[in-house]
Amino acid sequence: MKTMITGNEAAAWGARLARVKVVSAYPITPQTKVVEKIAEFIANGEMDARYIRVESEHSAMAACISAENTGVRTFTATSAHGLALMHEMLMWAAYARLPIVMAVINRAMAPPWSIWADHQDSMAQRDTGWIQIYSESNQEELDAVLMLYKICEDKDVLLPAMTMMDAFILSHTMEPVDIPDQKLVDDFLPELDLPHRLDINRPAGHGSLIMPEGPVMEYRKAMADAFAGVRDKILKVEEEFREIFGREYGGLVEEYRTEDADAIAVVSSTIASTSKEVVDRMRERGLKVGLARVRYFRPFPHRELREIAKKTDMLGVIDRSYTFGYGGALYAETKGVLYGHSDIPVKNYIMGIGGRDVTPEILEKVFMDMLKIAKDGAVDTEVEWVGLIGDERWSA
Amino acid sequence: MEFEFPTPLTTVPSTANKTGVWRTFRPVINYEKCIRCYICWKFCPEPAISFVPGDKYPAPSEAFLKRDAVEINYDYCKGCGICANECPKGAIDFVLERGDGQ
Repeated sequence: MKTMITGNEAAAWGARLARVKVVSAYPITPQTKVVEKIAEFIANGEMDARYIRVESEHSAMAACISAENTGVRTFTATSAHGLALMHEMLMWAAYARLPIVMAVINRAMAPPWSIWADHQDSMAQRDTGWIQIYSESNQEELDAVLMLYKICEDKDVLLPAMTMMDAFILSHTMEPVDIPDQKLVDDFLPELDLPHRLDINRPAGHGSLIMPEGPVMEYRKAMADAFAGVRDKILKVEEEFREIFGREYGGLVEEYRTEDADAIAVVSSTIASTSKEVVDRMRERGLKVGLARVRYFRPFPHRELREIAKKTDMLGVIDRSYTFGYGGALYAETKGVLYGHSDIPVKNYIMGIGGRDVTPEILEKVFMDMLKIAKDGAVDTEVEWVGLIGDERWSA
Repeated sequence: MEFEFPTPLTTVPSTANKTGVWRTFRPVINYEKCIRCYICWKFCPEPAISFVPGDKYPAPSEAFLKRDAVEINYDYCKGCGICANECPKGAIDFVLERGDGQ
């Protein structure tokens, strides 16, 4: 059924179609409508789930962990400070190997208060052991929720996942979305069968103390091995999804007009859709630019980025966050995986912080800068902030 | 190493971890002063204080022997000192462990 819904509603529909059994969440702008919509589904009897009201996001994740431990599918959603408050429980969920799925509406961290899109909140959670995917459209958000349950609940994976969308740009904007038939979703997504669920016939302690000589390190390695296998699961599940629903997204990294490109932008989320428009316009004028849209940041698409680097003369990595280490996270990790594999120049563009508008005009200037670097064979500035107030170079 | 489950499930009770070895200071009940009020039992967070028959230990007077005495389980007492701090009679001494279990 094709309908007009917001990104938040698309995430809620994903949870409903996945027949989630327990939802626990705490409201925060711009996530609120996700859980409001789910509460409405449950109140109307359209969704057979238990909605647990809690006093904080830390408790919301704790409730999801407890429920998931009993072997039922759970869902939650949050943003920014709510996600930061969950931090401890995020690691608990991952290390307990619970395939919880959560919608994160990317919002800037305060101070100053800003409720608009940037990726600081989820990038700060990149080491918690959660799979991370960044959606570009409302349809992709809904489809991602369905695919993630299938990926995460695989016996060889058993990891949680967060699916990100940009605040307001997707969360509060209506787009045409095809809401799949429940029967098709049921065929695609079987019921959860959690091997280590709480079982009264098998009394056991979950998460008890283990001494340094006990197998804590071995369990961590087993989790790292499971993460290493996620890439193939993603590709397999996306293929199954395409066969049933007729939609596909390009795996971990979607390539757009990368053929014989002189310069390729590496970018995620909604900046990617604006960039596609700019790539089209520039290609019409004979300027050979392309785009690599990083969908999955965890696991990091190292193989894909190494292949993309072989196709072009430079990469321009656009980050909508900053790590206060060196550059943005996407840039630092992209450069890291290219070391020893590619010598092409890589430049980092920090854009859209605090919801600063990333327009086609500014993106075209970025692409022109990238083409110049491709020609020169060297970067002028490794990390550059683009679109600052009063900066003549980048003003549209 | 092969694991049956992806995360550790402990099938032995948590009492298998004898956490008393973490203790630096040892609480020692002076039964000549102890009036068997059980405040230490209420406050012990472990809990490592339990009841034993009243005649197992001496008491300030014969009347107290009718009430259960308290006893510290040194297998699990981590030596936090809360019992010694809460005792209204100052009947719990807090002594440095010598490392020989005495």
